[in-house]
Amino acid sequence: MIPAAFDYVAPASVEDALAALAEHGDDAKIIAGGQSLLPVLRMRLNAPEMIIDLGRIESLRGVRDDGDAIVIGAMTPHAVVGSDPLVAEHASLITKAVEHLADAQIRHRGTFGGALAHADPAGDLGAPALVLGAEFVIQGAGGTRRVAADDFFVDLFETAIGEDEILTEVRIPKHTGWGAHYEKFVRVAHQWPIVAVAATVRVDGGAIAEARVGLTNMGSTPLRARGVEEALVGQPATEDAVRAAAARSTEGTNPPSDLNGDADYRRHLATVVTRRAVLAAAGG
Amino acid sequence: MTATQERPADAVEKEIGRDRRRKEDQRLITGRTRWTDNITLPGMLHLAMVRSPFAHAKIVSIDTSAAKQSTNVVDVLTGADLGESLGVNINAWPITPDQVTPNHSPMPSDRVAFAGEIVAVVVARTAAEARDAAELVDVEYDELPAALDLKRSAADEVLAHPDLGTNKSAYWVFDSGEAGTGGSVEDAIAKARTDGIVLEREYRQQRLIPAFMEPRSTVVDPTGEQITMWSATQIPHILRFALAATTGVPESKIRVIAPDVGGGFGGKLQTTPEEWITWAVARRLGKPAKYTETRSESLMAGHHGRDQWQRLTLAAEKDGTVTGFKVDLLADLGAYVSLVGGGVPVLGAFMFNSIYKFPAYRFAVQTVLTNKTWTDAYRGAGRPEATYAIERMMDELAAEVGVDPLEIREKNWIKHEEFPFTTVAGLEYDSGNYEAATARAKEMLGYDELRAEQRRRRESGDPVQLGIGVSTFTEMCGLAPSRVLGQLDYGAGGWEHASVRMLATGKVEVVTGTSAHGQGHETAFSQIVADRLGVAFEDVEVLHGDTQVAPKGMDTYGSRSLVVGGEAMVRAADKVIEKAKPIAAHLLEASVDDLEFSGGRFSVRGTDQGMAIGEVALATFAAHNLPDGVEASLDSDATFDPVAFNFPHGTHLCAMEVDTETGALKMRKYVCCDDIGNIINPLIVSGQVHGGLVQGIAQALWEEAVYDDSGTLVSGSFVDYLLPTAADTISFEIDHTTSPCTTNTLGTKGVGEAGTIASTPAVVNAVVDAVRHLGINDIQMPCTPERVWRAINGAGAGGSTEGAAMPHFESGGATGNQEQPGTSSTEGAGS
Ligand SMILES: Cc1cc2nc3c(=O)[nH]c(=O)nc-3n(C[C@H](O)[C@H](O)[C@H](O)COP(=O)(O)OP(=O)(O)OC[C@H]3O[C@@H](n4cnc5c(N)ncnc54)[C@H](O)[C@@H]3O)c2cc1C
Repeated sequence: MIPAAFDYVAPASVEDALAALAEHGDDAKIIAGGQSLLPVLRMRLNAPEMIIDLGRIESLRGVRDDGDAIVIGAMTPHAVVGSDPLVAEHASLITKAVEHLADAQIRHRGTFGGALAHADPAGDLGAPALVLGAEFVIQGAGGTRRVAADDFFVDLFETAIGEDEILTEVRIPKHTGWGAHYEKFVRVAHQWPIVAVAATVRVDGGAIAEARVGLTNMGSTPLRARGVEEALVGQPATEDAVRAAAARSTEGTNPPSDLNGDADYRRHLATVVTRRAVLAAAGG
Repeated sequence: MTATQERPADAVEKEIGRDRRRKEDQRLITGRTRWTDNITLPGMLHLAMVRSPFAHAKIVSIDTSAAKQSTNVVDVLTGADLGESLGVNINAWPITPDQVTPNHSPMPSDRVAFAGEIVAVVVARTAAEARDAAELVDVEYDELPAALDLKRSAADEVLAHPDLGTNKSAYWVFDSGEAGTGGSVEDAIAKARTDGIVLEREYRQQRLIPAFMEPRSTVVDPTGEQITMWSATQIPHILRFALAATTGVPESKIRVIAPDVGGGFGGKLQTTPEEWITWAVARRLGKPAKYTETRSESLMAGHHGRDQWQRLTLAAEKDGTVTGFKVDLLADLGAYVSLVGGGVPVLGAFMFNSIYKFPAYRFAVQTVLTNKTWTDAYRGAGRPEATYAIERMMDELAAEVGVDPLEIREKNWIKHEEFPFTTVAGLEYDSGNYEAATARAKEMLGYDELRAEQRRRRESGDPVQLGIGVSTFTEMCGLAPSRVLGQLDYGAGGWEHASVRMLATGKVEVVTGTSAHGQGHETAFSQIVADRLGVAFEDVEVLHGDTQVAPKGMDTYGSRSLVVGGEAMVRAADKVIEKAKPIAAHLLEASVDDLEFSGGRFSVRGTDQGMAIGEVALATFAAHNLPDGVEASLDSDATFDPVAFNFPHGTHLCAMEVDTETGALKMRKYVCCDDIGNIINPLIVSGQVHGGLVQGIAQALWEEAVYDDSGTLVSGSFVDYLLPTAADTISFEIDHTTSPCTTNTLGTKGVGEAGTIASTPAVVNAVVDAVRHLGINDIQMPCTPERVWRAINGAGAGGSTEGAAMPHFESGGATGNQEQPGTSSTEGAGS
C-alpha cells in the first residue's frame, strides 16, 4: 500500500496554505490528521500531486471560550476535544460522540476539522455539530465566511468548503446544562456507526423543554430529526413518551444498504437508538 | 562445574508445567527481529503484481510497454514471458483417484479464474517504483461468466474452468456400514422415521479469511550454491520439496528459510503463486528479488477458509438416544485445488460423530470449483465444521426431546470408563473424561443460576433475552500417522524430526522440523529438553525454520508441533542420554549398569560419585579419554511417526444476551474446561485457548468474506472484514481437566486449534437458545444484529450477506488510476 509520489508542503500559516492551494489548484489536497486521506492515497483511489499539511499551523489548534460559544480549532485532534473541559461543560454531546469515535490511535491523529471536512455520512461528528447549531469558519483568498451547519453538509463527502478554501474553526453555541447522549450502534468497537443518534435536551420541571436530535448514517448527510424534536417538546422524559416521539425518526431519511444492514433495518434501528439516546440524554 | 549445573535431583524445579514467559517474545513484540520483509540483500529488486479485477476472463492482451518505460523499472514479465520456468502450484492431496484438478499456473497467460489472480509482475529497483509501474500495465480482458454461488456451481450452471466440463472436483465418502465400523445410516434413518426422531438441517459455513498479522512476503537470492528463498510460511520443508518438484531445480540446490513469521492460522500452509513468481524472476534476472503483499492483496489472494454447505440428518430414538448421523457437504474449493484444499473437509470426516456413540454414520463431501479465491486450511481445518454441525444438532435434538442440552449430550457421550473407545468413524480415542470437564465448566459458569435467570427473562418478556450455548467438543489432531495419510492419498508423511546437539560448554542446541510462527515453540521445547536432560531452561537454544539448520521436517499445522515434534525431541534427548551413559561410566570407572540418570546427573548407584551431563559433553568434545569404539559425539536425531491422532476435548459454555429490539448481541460469560492432557506451559496454553476462542467466536459473530455478484471481494479491507479486537471480547474463564494422552511419552494433546473448533457452536447455540422460544431454531453465521433481528421478526435464519461496503474513503475525483482490484467502486477501503 504505497501511495503514488507527491510533493509536500507544511506551511506555517493559513495564508501560506491558501497560497499553496491557489497555486496548485486541483492537483493539491489538504492533509489534516491523514486518517481518511492516507487510506485513499495508499489504495490509490486518489493521487494528488501536492499535499498541503496543516499540521504546523498552531493557530488552528485548541479550544477556546468565546462568550456564548466555544470555538474548536480545525486541527484539534479528537483526543484533545474529547478531554477538553470547555467542551465537556458547554457541548457535552461532542465529548460523548468523540468517546466512541474510531480507536485511540485514530483519535490522536484525526482532527475535528478534518472529520467534518471529510463529511462521511457515517462520521460521528456531523450529527452533533448539526444539532448544536455549529458555525463553520471557512477562510479563502477573499477572507473569512461563516457557514451554518444546516448549509455546511451538502452531500456524501461534500461540504460548503470551496476548492480553494480551508476550514479554520468551528463555533459551537454553548448548551450549558443540557443533557446529552450519543448512542452509536456498531458490530465491533472500532467501526463507523451503522446508525447513531445524537441527542441533547434541556429538561425543565420534569418535562423536556427543548430537544435536538440528529441522525448519523441515515442519509447522505447528517440529518436533523425535526419531527422527533417537535414531538418531544413538553413531554415527560418517560419511556412511553419518548418511544412515541422516536417513531418519527425515520421521517425524511434515506439510509444506505450495505454489508452491515439494509435500509429498512437501519430505519428500524433509528427508532430504537433515538429512544435510547433521548432517554439517556434526559436522564443525565 | 558450577553448583547450579549439577542440580541435585531433589532440588530441581521441573520446567514442565511452569508458566514460563516466552523466550521469543521480546524480539517478536519489539520487532527487532527478522521478518521476511526486513531482509535486504545487495542489489535486491522489488516486485509488484498486476492482478485481475475480474473473477473470470480471457486475457486478450497485455501491454507492458508504458510500465517498462517507468522510472527504475528493470523488467515487466507475464506468464508467456516466464513460461515453463514458472513451475506450477501443486495439490498435494488428491482426495479421490478421479479428482478433477485444474492446472494451476502461478501466472496464467490465457485466462484468469478469480479476481486477484496475477497476470503480470513488475520488477523495479524500489517497491514504490514497482507499484507505480504496475498501474501502467494495460491488460485487455474478455469477461467470461463466473461460477460464484456454491450450490449453483455444484449444479454446473456456469463453469469455473470451461475446459474441464464440470465444477465437481471430487466426491469423497465414508460410510460406517461399508467400512465395517458401524451400521447403515439409511436403515437408522428409516427406522427413526417410523418410531423415533429425524432432524434435518442445513447449515452454512461462511467463507473466512485467515487474516494473519504479518502479510506474506518472499525474498529469493539466486546468487549462491543453493538458491535461497525466505518466505513468511508455516511450511519451509514442504515449500522446498514443492519447489524442487515443480521448477526442475534439484532439492539439494534449494534452501528455504522461514525466519520469524507473524502468524499463519493455516493461511501460510500454502505454496503460493507469489513465491513461485519471485523465484522465477530472481532466477531469470540473476538478482535477489523481494515481494511483499499489501493487506488488500492478502485479503483478496491469500487462500480463504471454510465455505461449505452442510446438509445434516440425525436419527434418534424418542428418548434422544442417537442412532445415526448422515452428513452431506458441499465444499467450495475456489478457483484451484490448493495444496491441501480438497482434503480440508476430509479432515473433518471422522469427527462429525464427535464424542457420541452413534451406531451408524455416513459422511460425503462434494468439492466444487468456483471463480473465487482458492480455499485451504484455516485454524481447525475440517474439524470446526464438524464440531459446529454436531453441536448445533445436539442442541436441536435436546429441544426436540425437551430436555437440557447437557442432558442429551450426557445420554449419548462415551463414558470415561469406556476408554479406549473405537468410534463409528473407526478412530480409537485413547483417553478423555467428558463428565469431569462438563461438571467443572457448569460450576464455572454458574449454569443453574443462569438457567434460572433465563427463565425469569422469558417469563417477564424482557426485551433482553438470555441464552446459554453448549459445545462439548472433541477433535483429532497431531497430524498425523503417516500410514493413515497414505490411506487417505495424501502426498507426504506425518512424522517429525528433531536433533539434540550437546555443545562443549554445556549448552544445548535443539533442532526441530516444526516451524513456529507465533506459537512459542522455543519456550515449550526448551522446557521439555531442560527437564529431559536436566539442563537449565536458559541453556537450551531451539533452532528451526531453515532447511540448512533443520534439514528434515514436516512443519507446523494441525496442532502437531508439540505432540509429534515434541515427542521427536524427547526421543532425540533420550538418545543423547543413552550415548552419554557409556562415556560417563568410563569416566566414573563404573559399570554402565550401575549408573542412573536423573536431574541432569549420572550417578553411580549407592555412592556419591557422579557427573553432570554437561561434564560428559565437555569430555566427549575433548575426546581425550573415551571408551574404545565410542564416537566422539553425543548428538542425536530422532524421527517420530505418531501411531495415532490425539483427541483433546472440552466443555465450552457461553452465556449471551440478545437485545430483541435491535438484534444486538452481548456476551455475558464464556467458560471452558479443556482436557488437553499434560500441559507443558500453562501460560502458552492460555494464550492458545484465548486466541483460539476469539477466532471461533469471530466466525460466529463477525467475520465473513463477501463477494458481489460479479465476483469482487466486497469485504476486501478490515473496515468491512470485521476482525474483533480486545474491545469486542470479554475475559474468558478457562480451566483444565487432565486425561493424559496414552500415545506419546509426555501425555500431551494438541491445543492450537481447540479453542477455535469448540467455540463457534457454543456461541451460535447461545444465540439460538436465547430466542428459541420465539420459534427460532437457526441463525446463519455470522449472527449479525440484522440477521438476529430478522429472525425474531419471522424472516428465517437469514440469507446471504449482500450489499456493498461502506464507502468511507471516497476518491474525491481523483487523478484516476488504473483499474485495480480492491479499488473498484464496490470495494471497501483499507489501511
Ligand atoms: C479505521 C478508521 C476508523 C474510523 N472510525 C471512525 C468512526 O468511528 N467515526 C468517525 O467519525 N470517524 C472515524 N474515522 C475517521 C476519522 O475520524 C478521521 O480522523 C476523519 O475522518 C478525518 O480527519 P483527519 O484529520 O484525519 O483528516 P484527513 O484525513 O487529513 O482529511 C480528510 C479530508 O478532509 C480534508 N480536510 C482536512 N482538514 C481540512 C480543513 N481544515 N479544511 C479543508 N479541508 C480539510 C482533506 O483534504 C481530506 O479530503 C475512522 C478512520 C479510520 C482510519
